[in-house]
Amino acid sequence: MANFSTNEFKAGLKIMLDGEPCNILENEYVKPGKGQAFNRVKIRKLISGKVLEKTFKSGDTAEGADVMDLELSYLYNDGEFWHFMNNESFEQVAADEKAVGESIKWLRENDNCTITLWNGSPIAVTPPNFVELEITETDPGLKGDTAGTGGKPATLSTGAVVRVPLFVQTGEIIKVDTRSGEYVSRAQK
Amino acid sequence: MNSSWQPSSPIKNLRTRAEILQKIRRFFLERNVLEVDTPSLSHAPVTDPHLVNFETQWASPSEVQEQALYLQTSPEYAMKRLLCAGSGCIYQLSKAFRNEEAGRYHNAEFTMLEWYRLGFDHWQLMDEVEALLKTILDCPDIKRVSYQALFIEHLALDPLTATLDTLKHVCNQLGFGNIAETESSSDTLLQLLFCEKIETQLDKNTPYFVYHFPASQAALAKLNAQDSRVANRFELYYQGIELANGFHELSDAKEQHQRFAKDNQLRADMGLNPAKIDQRFLDALHAGLPECAGVALGIDRLIMLAVGAKHIDEVIAFPTPIA
Repeated sequence: MANFSTNEFKAGLKIMLDGEPCNILENEYVKPGKGQAFNRVKIRKLISGKVLEKTFKSGDTAEGADVMDLELSYLYNDGEFWHFMNNESFEQVAADEKAVGESIKWLRENDNCTITLWNGSPIAVTPPNFVELEITETDPGLKGDTAGTGGKPATLSTGAVVRVPLFVQTGEIIKVDTRSGEYVSRAQK
Repeated sequence: MNSSWQPSSPIKNLRTRAEILQKIRRFFLERNVLEVDTPSLSHAPVTDPHLVNFETQWASPSEVQEQALYLQTSPEYAMKRLLCAGSGCIYQLSKAFRNEEAGRYHNAEFTMLEWYRLGFDHWQLMDEVEALLKTILDCPDIKRVSYQALFIEHLALDPLTATLDTLKHVCNQLGFGNIAETESSSDTLLQLLFCEKIETQLDKNTPYFVYHFPASQAALAKLNAQDSRVANRFELYYQGIELANGFHELSDAKEQHQRFAKDNQLRADMGLNPAKIDQRFLDALHAGLPECAGVALGIDRLIMLAVGAKHIDEVIAFPTPIA
C-alpha cells in the first residue's frame, strides 16, 4: 500500500502501526517557535480496539493499511463463524468470534452491520447503533421492590443483559444503544 | 450554515482583540518605547532549518530581472538594524509569515509583538514581560525554572550532558521509538521530550518562564557567561501554550555569522537548500548592536488565553484557509 506523510493524516485514514491496521482519529500539529514540528496523532487500533496517542516527526511517513468497511446483513452463525451477506451481490463473508467481539450480543438476523476488512479478512464487526430486541427474562419488578432508580437486569433474546426500568416486562421488545449497552426505550411497534 | 465568506472568529473576540492591542500600545507609551513599522518583505530568508519563508517575486520597474523577496518569519533582523542605527528601545506589532504552519495554535500568517530594551538582560526583560502579561490577563506570578531543572525533575535526565544514545534510550522507553530510531540530532530528541513530556506536565494554572536553553538551541541569544553550555534565552508558557521567546541578544557579528553557517550545514544535512544570509543584518551587527534584550510574543495566542478560545481561528478574523 502507498505511504502517507503526516500532512495527509486525517480522521478516517487507515495506516499500519506496529504491524496492526489503525484508524486515525485526530491529528494535532505541534511546533515550538524554534524547532522541529511534530504531529500528535490519536489512533484506534482496529484489531484490539485500543485507542492510543502516537507522536510523529512532521514529514515522517506511515504505511497505508488496506482496510475497507462493508455494509452487510447478518445471516446466521454456526458457532465458529458468523456469516454476513451483501444484499445486492449476494457475496458472503465469514467472521470469526474474535472479529465479531462485543457485537455477538446485539446481532439479529437481517440486521445491517459494518464489517471491517483488512487485506480482505474480517477483523471487526460493528452492529447498527440501535437494535430492538425481545426481553426473554426479567423479574416483574414490583413497585417498592428496589430502593434506588437503578432499574433491574433483563436478559435479551441474544443473551445480552441490559439494565431496564422497573415497568418493563418479559416478552416486551426494547430499543438498546449498542455503543453504550444501555436501554433507550420500548420499541415503537 | 457557515458560508466561507464569514469570519471564523465571533465579532465579540475581535473587540477584545482591539482592546488588547490598545492596552499594549499604552504599556509601551508609558515606558517611552518607540513603535516601529518594518517591512514584511526582505531580500533574505531565514537560515533556521525549521522555518519556511513564503517567497515572492518583485517586478521592480527599475530592474530588468525580477527579484526574489521573502515574507519575514519575524521582524527581528529589521528591528536590530534599527537598534544599530541608534533607534533606542523599540517595539512592533506586525504580521509574521511562516509557510507550512497550521493547527490549533498556528496560522501561516500571525501577529507578533516584538520589543527590544537597551541595557536590559534577560532577567529584567522577564520582569517586563510579566508586567505586560498582568495588564492583559488576570494571571498569577510567573514561576521561573531552568530548562535543565525541568528535565531533571520530570525525566531524571540532564539535558546539558546527556549523549545522543542516552536520549534515544529514554525516547524508546517513553514510546517514541519510531522517532528516536532514525534521529541523529540530540536537539530534536530534546525538543520532542520537552514538548511531549515536560510542557504537558507544567501546571496549567501557572505561567512559567523556562530559562537557559542549551547552547545548541541558542538561536540569536548570547551564551551564558557563567556556563557556556547554556544560552541566555527564555520562553514563556501558560496553560499549555508557548507564548513568548526572549533573548539577551547576541551582538558579536562573527559568532552570528558562524551560527548562520551552522544553520546552513544543518539544512544541508536535512536535504534542504542553503538559505541566503542577510548581509545587511550582518553589516549592522558589524557596526555595533547596543547591549539589549529582546522578546517576541504571539498576540493571537495571548488573545486566545484572554477569551478562553480553544482554537486560533476563534481570534483571527480570516485564518489562511478562508482568507
